[in-house]
This record gives sequence, C-alpha cells and structure tokens, in this order.
Amino acid sequence: MTITEILFYAFSAVLVVAALGVITARNPVHAALFLVFAFFNSAIIWLLLEAEFLAIVLVLVYVGAVMVLFLFVVMMLDVDVAKMREGFTRYAPLGIIIAVLVVVEIGSVVWVKQLEGISEAAVTVTPDGYSNTRALGELLYTKYLYPFELAAVLLLLAIVAAIVLTMRQRTGLKAQDVAAQVSVRARDRIRIVKMDAEKEVATPPESQSPGSQP
Amino acid sequence: MITLESVLMLGGLLFALSVAGIFINRKNVILLLMCIELMLLAVNFNFVAFARHLGDLDGQVFVFFIMTVAAAESAIGLAILVVLFRERRNIDVEQLDTMKG
Amino acid sequence: MISQSTLLTIVLAPLLAAIVAGLAGRVIGRIGAHSVTIAGVALSCGLSIWVLKMLIDGAPVFNESVYTWLVSDNVRMEVGFLVDKLSALMMVVVTFVSLCVHVYTIGYMHDDPGYQRFFSYISLFTFSMLMLVMSNNFLQLFFGWEAVGVVSYLLIGFWYTRPSAIFANMKAFLVNRVGDFGFILGIAGIVYYTGSLDYATVFGMRDAIAANTMEIVPNLEWQAITVVCICLFIGAMGKSAQVPLHVWLPDSMEGPTPISALIHAATMVTAGIFMVARMSPLFELSETALSTVLIIGATTAFFMGLLGLVNNDIKRVVAYSTLSQLGYMTVALGVSAYAGAIFHLMTHAFFKALLFLAAGSVIIAMHHEQDMRKMGGLKKYLPITYWTSLIGSLALIGFPGTSGFFSKDALIEAVHASHIPGATYAYWCVFLGVFITAFYSFRLVFMTFHGEERFGHAHHDDHAHDSHGHDSHGHGHGDHKPHESPWVVTVPLILLAIPSLFIGWFTIGPVLFGDYFGEAIFVSESRDVLGHIGEEFHGPAGFVVHAMKAAPVYLALLGVLAAWYLYIKRPDLPGKIAEKFSAVYKLLANKFYFDEIYQAVFAKGSRNLGTALWRVGDVAIIDGTAVNGSARVVGWMSGVMRHLQSGYLYHYAFAMIIGLSALLAWYVLR
Repeated sequence: MTITEILFYAFSAVLVVAALGVITARNPVHAALFLVFAFFNSAIIWLLLEAEFLAIVLVLVYVGAVMVLFLFVVMMLDVDVAKMREGFTRYAPLGIIIAVLVVVEIGSVVWVKQLEGISEAAVTVTPDGYSNTRALGELLYTKYLYPFELAAVLLLLAIVAAIVLTMRQRTGLKAQDVAAQVSVRARDRIRIVKMDAEKEVATPPESQSPGSQP
Repeated sequence: MITLESVLMLGGLLFALSVAGIFINRKNVILLLMCIELMLLAVNFNFVAFARHLGDLDGQVFVFFIMTVAAAESAIGLAILVVLFRERRNIDVEQLDTMKG
Repeated sequence: MISQSTLLTIVLAPLLAAIVAGLAGRVIGRIGAHSVTIAGVALSCGLSIWVLKMLIDGAPVFNESVYTWLVSDNVRMEVGFLVDKLSALMMVVVTFVSLCVHVYTIGYMHDDPGYQRFFSYISLFTFSMLMLVMSNNFLQLFFGWEAVGVVSYLLIGFWYTRPSAIFANMKAFLVNRVGDFGFILGIAGIVYYTGSLDYATVFGMRDAIAANTMEIVPNLEWQAITVVCICLFIGAMGKSAQVPLHVWLPDSMEGPTPISALIHAATMVTAGIFMVARMSPLFELSETALSTVLIIGATTAFFMGLLGLVNNDIKRVVAYSTLSQLGYMTVALGVSAYAGAIFHLMTHAFFKALLFLAAGSVIIAMHHEQDMRKMGGLKKYLPITYWTSLIGSLALIGFPGTSGFFSKDALIEAVHASHIPGATYAYWCVFLGVFITAFYSFRLVFMTFHGEERFGHAHHDDHAHDSHGHDSHGHGHGDHKPHESPWVVTVPLILLAIPSLFIGWFTIGPVLFGDYFGEAIFVSESRDVLGHIGEEFHGPAGFVVHAMKAAPVYLALLGVLAAWYLYIKRPDLPGKIAEKFSAVYKLLANKFYFDEIYQAVFAKGSRNLGTALWRVGDVAIIDGTAVNGSARVVGWMSGVMRHLQSGYLYHYAFAMIIGLSALLAWYVLR
C-alpha cells in the first residue's frame, strides 16, 4: 500500500464523516461548516487524483463563494432551528434504508459488473512539465469554447435572477433620485397661467336655457 | 495507486449519504440545498476518477461545467429561499404544498 | 337566328324586376313595384313569343353554354340554354300566364301590406321557371327545380302570420324534398353512367346507360336505365303532385289565389311533366319506368278527381281538378304520348289559370269567402267572371271544340291505343275520370253561379266547414251585394279565356300529329301511339266529328247533367246521398286518409325515430358516453393521479430515488 493510497483512504474516511456531519448536524451553521470541511477533503482527494486545477477551483469557488453565501443566508434568516429538527428520528430509518440501498446498488455496479474492463485501463503517467491547468485551459478554450461561453452567460443569468428575486421596492423611503434631478425641466416645476385681468358679471337669471329649468 | 473502484465507491457513499440527508432533513430547505451540493460533489468524483483512468481531460471539463451550474443553482436557490422567507417567515418544506394536485 | 342575348334578356328581365321590387320595394312603392315587374315579364313574354315564331319559321335550335361555373373531374357544371320548340312553347306558356297573373294581382292583392313582396316573388318565380325550362343541362334543371320550390314555399306561406299557411308551406316543402331526393339520385345516376350533365351528351350516351345493370339489393339486378328513370320520375311526382306525393297541393291553396293559378296549376306543377317529356329519350328505353309513370298517373287522375266531388271550398275543388289533370298528363307520358302531355299541359295552363283566377274573382266579390255553400246565384252580379269561368269549365271537361277537348280526347285515344302494361287500367281511369271531371266542374259552376243566393244571411252561423284558412285579410263581412271585379281582374280572365277556347283548334294539327317538336321529343317506333292516331287525323273539324262518335264526350255531358240534376233541380239530394253512402263520403271527405296516414307513419315515425336517436344516440351515446364519458374518465384518472401530486418536495425526491434504484437494479440484474 503506497503512501498515496493511505492518504486517499484517510481523507476518504474524513470526507465520509464530514458528509455524515452535514446531514446530521443540529445547527444549520454547523452543517454548513461540515460541508466546507467536506469540500476541503474533496479538494485534497482530487489533488491525489491529479485534478489540481479543479481542486483549487473547488476550494476557491465553493468554499470561498458558495459556502459563504450559504452561511450568510443561514445566519441572516431567523429560522427556528429546534422546530426544523422535528421528525428527524422518525425519518432516519427510511433515510438509512435508502442510503444502504443506493450503496449496495452502486457497489454492485462497480464490483459485480466490473465496469466492462475500464478499471484495467492503465493510468497514463504524466510527462514532466505537464500542467493540468494548462491542458484544461487549452481544452476549454478550443473544443469547449461555446459551452464555456454559455456557462458564462448562465452565471450572468444567475446573478440577474438572484438580484431580481431578492430586490424589493420599498415605498416611503426618502431616497435621492439623481437621474430625475438631472433631467428635470423648467416646465415640470413652473406653470404659467394666462387669464383676463377683469372678470365678467354673472349673467341674469332669465337668460337661462330652458333645459336647465326644473 | 488509487483504484477506480475505490473512488467510485467513495462517490457512491457520498451520494447515498446526501440522499439520506434529503430524507432525514425534510423540513429545512437550506439543508436540502446543501445535500444537493454534496450530491453534485459525489458525481464530480466519478468524473474526476474516470478522467484520470481513461487519460481523458474531457471529464474534468465536465466537472468544471457542473460546478458552474451548481454555483448558479445555489445562487438562485438561496435567492428563492430569501424571498420565501420574506413571504412566509419560515422555510419549512412541509408547508410548501401549494402545488398539491 | 336566336341570339344568346335575347335568351339572357328573357331570363334576366324577371329576375331584375324581382330584385328591384323586392329590395327597393319601399322606395318605388306599390305602383313602382307592379310596373317594374309587369314590364319585366311583358318583355320576357314578348321575346318568348318572338323566339317561338323564329323557331316555327325554321330557325335552328339554340343549344349553347353561356357560362361555365366549374369543371370537376371532367363533369362540366354550366349555365346554358337549350331552346327548341318544346322549351319555347313552355316559355310562352309560362310568361303569358305569368303576365296575366301579374296584372290580375294588382286587383287581387290591392289591400295587402305585402304587395311589393308578392310581386317580387312572382317575378322571381317566373325567372326560376324559365331557368328550368330553358336549361340545357341537369344541373341548371335542378337549380330551376329547387328555385321554383323555394318560391312556392315562400308564396304558400305568404300570409306568414297564419298557422295553417305555415303548416301548408312546410308540408309542401317536406313533400317536395322526398321527390327531390329521388330526382337528385336520378341525376347522380346519370352522371355516374355518362359522366356528363349536358342533355345532348347524355342522350347521345343513352345506350350506354341502358347496357348497365345495378344491384341495389344484393342478388337483384336492375336495369340502370329503369332505376334512373324512376328516380327522375319520383322527382316529377313530388313537383307535379302525383299520388302518393300529392298531399301538398291541396294545402298549397293557403297561398293567395294568383299563386294558386300561376304556380300550383299552370306552370310549376307541370315542371315534372315537362321534365319527363324532355327526358323522353331516356324514358323510351325502359318500359318498366313508363308503366310506373302510367299507373301512377292514372291513379292520380281518377282518385284525386273523386275528392273534388265532395269538397266545398271553391279553391280546393279546382285544386283537386288540377291534381286530376296532372294525372292525365302523366298518363300521356306513360303511353309515350309526350306531345299529348305537353299539349294538354299547354291547354290546361290556360284554362286552369283561368278557372283559378275566376275563382279568385268570386272570392274577391264574396269578400274572401271560399265556401261554395255560401255562394249561389252569382251569375247576375259577376257576368264576366261567370262567362269566363264557364268557358274554363267547358274546356276542362272537354266540350267539343274547346282547347281542353282536343288535348284530352287525343290523350284518351292515345291511352286506348297503347299496349304497354297497365294501359287498360289507365284507360278506365281516364275514361271514368271524364265523367267525374264534368261532374265536379259543373257542380262548382252551379253551386257558385246558379241556384238560390245563399250569401249574406249565412255568414255568421255556419262555421262548420273544414277549418282551413280563407283569404280573409282585411275585409269585414259586409252585407252589401257582390259586384263585378275591377278591370285588372277581368282583363286577364278574358285574355286567358281566348286561348282556352281556341288554341286547341289551331295547334292540335302541328303539335300533336305534325312534326312540331321534331328532335325535341323522342318516341320509339313501337310505342308511337300518337303517330298511329295521327294517321286518321284530317284537321280539327274532322277530329271533332270523329270524337262525337266516341263515348267520352257523352260521358262528359252526362256528368254535366248529373251535376245539374243534383245541384239545381234537386239540391236536397246530395245530402241524402252523402248520408246513404256515409262510409264512402267520409273516405272522400278525409281525402282517402292520406294526410292521417302520413301523419301517423312518416311524421310520427320520424319524430319517434328522432326522439329515439336523441335519447339513445345523442344523450346516451354521444353526450353520455363519448363526451361526458371521456371527461369523466379523465376526471377519474386525474382523481387517482392527483394523490401522487402531494406538493411535498420529499415525495417527489423519493419518487426520483425509487426510479433511480429501479434503473440501477435493472442494470445490475440484467
């Protein structure tokens, strides 16, 4: 058993424990922190699997951005944590059964079906001076250029959507509207009224039209 | 030498745990979202493992895209969550049954 | 040379007048309406006579298409005119009678609020009838056929506020539908076998039709030509009111009297006769069809005449005589004496229009009373009406020398000479029909114009007469004496009386025994009864002398004498006879129970069928099972399915996981 394998199994064990922590933590903050921990472990395992760029991205994007967002939301919302835990033990058996079922099935796929010989394929030894980031970048900007741009648009869309969803127009706020102030015209403020200097005396009553009489 | 089977089993374990998490935490939307993140991570493990064992970087590109989508998903999901909380003052999934047939 | 524009003018002048009078009736007023329509019909009439004269002088037959409507699958649907001597004769008859009726209507409808509408309708009728007779193809024939039917419907129900009129026009329409159904099947058969609607083409291919057989009922082969001809004749039965489709004609007397004269006596009802004569090349090929025609015609001629004996409504008596005379014409068709049928059609058009208009004149004088029992002794008050209607009646019974005599006597001779199956039965029917015709005609004359004056005092007590409506529109029942009708009424009477008396004398030679029709009518050698009789024909005078030696004339005189005896000499007898033979009287008074049978069988039957279809087919099957049933199934399914849609997120997640597990299990265990 090589040192790589030992490291792999060790971090795998920690990862599984962290995942368990995510799903069983009483406090959502703890769960989020467990998830951060799980991501860190995953990043390490990906490093062992020679996916260096993705490992760094996982830490930067997930831990740095997404998980912070999670934490932010968890802390911002005033959620009754105790109430949220109701029925936890009641549903636990079902969860365990399903988890076991899934593991058994995936295990049987992996071990019983032997993956049609893929596992025997030799792992290529990377040459000297090989850069995972560079190789990935070359692939991303050539073969996957359009999907990559689409992904960019998708992220933009996510930003817009998130802003639109959460933005709210508060009424009654005495905020300054600079654009309105700049584009104002004189006629918006002043009204010039033309009227006669003298006023006619009201007409005598006998000249009333017949229709207006009762 | 890390075998493909062991990585796949690790992914499977993570996946099973996240599925169980969805069933156990059936009230808290935030935890559900976290479990989905975990699920995606488990799937990413598969891609990374296959990319390595087949010597094909395309698998890693897929991981990259999955992470993009996951980021977008969690951003929008959390935004919806915030709006939901603003409307109903709680995020209890069991009370979200307006789509009941 | 007949030009296309002349023919178009003949057809379109009445149509234009009808449109003007109908749509702009309010603007041009009463005088405008009758002026424009009379001008249109007079123009038509004048040109028709001119065309007839040209044809007699040897102009070639006009047979051209004017306009091609559409061509579908090589079947050309066109508007075209075939003007030979047959159609030219019909055109003259139609337009002349129509002109007389137009003039007469000025007097008759004087006080009616629907004056302009009426003129519009009768002009429209003239147009339709001209389209019918001038057509050179089956489609236009059918158009004219249906158009006259529609106008007839409109005019029977002219006084649309009367329930009886509405009932009558509905009845006429429905009964005619039965006939038209046969007619259009016949046309369809012709198109099927020849692929053409054009007369000339169809007649050219008639042997092709005759060579075919068809199997409508399995294992029973029929000659195609027989089926086609009988189908066409069913159309003629409906339009020309032959038994058993005759029931609408007596009821059509609900319409104003000018209409009874024009449409339901002189022209429209003879369309069937004209059509069969036009189709003579086809009918000649099927003896079965001719026998059918003969037997139905004979039955109509005799039994419908019987009904005239007991009716007391002046218009209905004339209506039954029309039915009977139409039967005579049909008999003539049946024995292949097409020329005789058309000849009788022509003379009948004149004298029957005359009789109807005279009856109308009496009705005006009696302030819209139609019951003959309340008339009598009108001779001295209505001299012109009396003499003209006497002329009409003499022509109707076939008094020697009158037009009716020539046509009817020749017709009876023709039947006598024929040998096709049913000829003997037909001969006895038409022979005895002569007596009956004479009897009811003079019963009418005697009851109306002779005897004691029964009007005035009897107005208010006796309403036990049959409950059909009368022409009572506006007039109160005054007690003042009846007086002669205005000149617009009497002039048409005189105009019609002249041909009723004399036209037979001049035309019998060429029309009946000469070569007048030429190519227009085809008679096969073996059945040429008229040619057979014609060998002994030596001028009209000789014909009269010859007829004096035969029985029919004396039978007619016997009928007149019998009527005189019963209604002048011994007016108490008819009631006693009716009592004595009450069963027969009841049978006749109820018109052989045709109406009742139709009401019970067809009307009630179709109502029951409709109710059954409504209950079972519509409510139960379509609405209940198909429409509501499918909705209910969807609703039930949805009721089941909606339990799956709990709205809870983890239910959906659970379903997905189960699906995933099942998929994996299938993959693993495969």
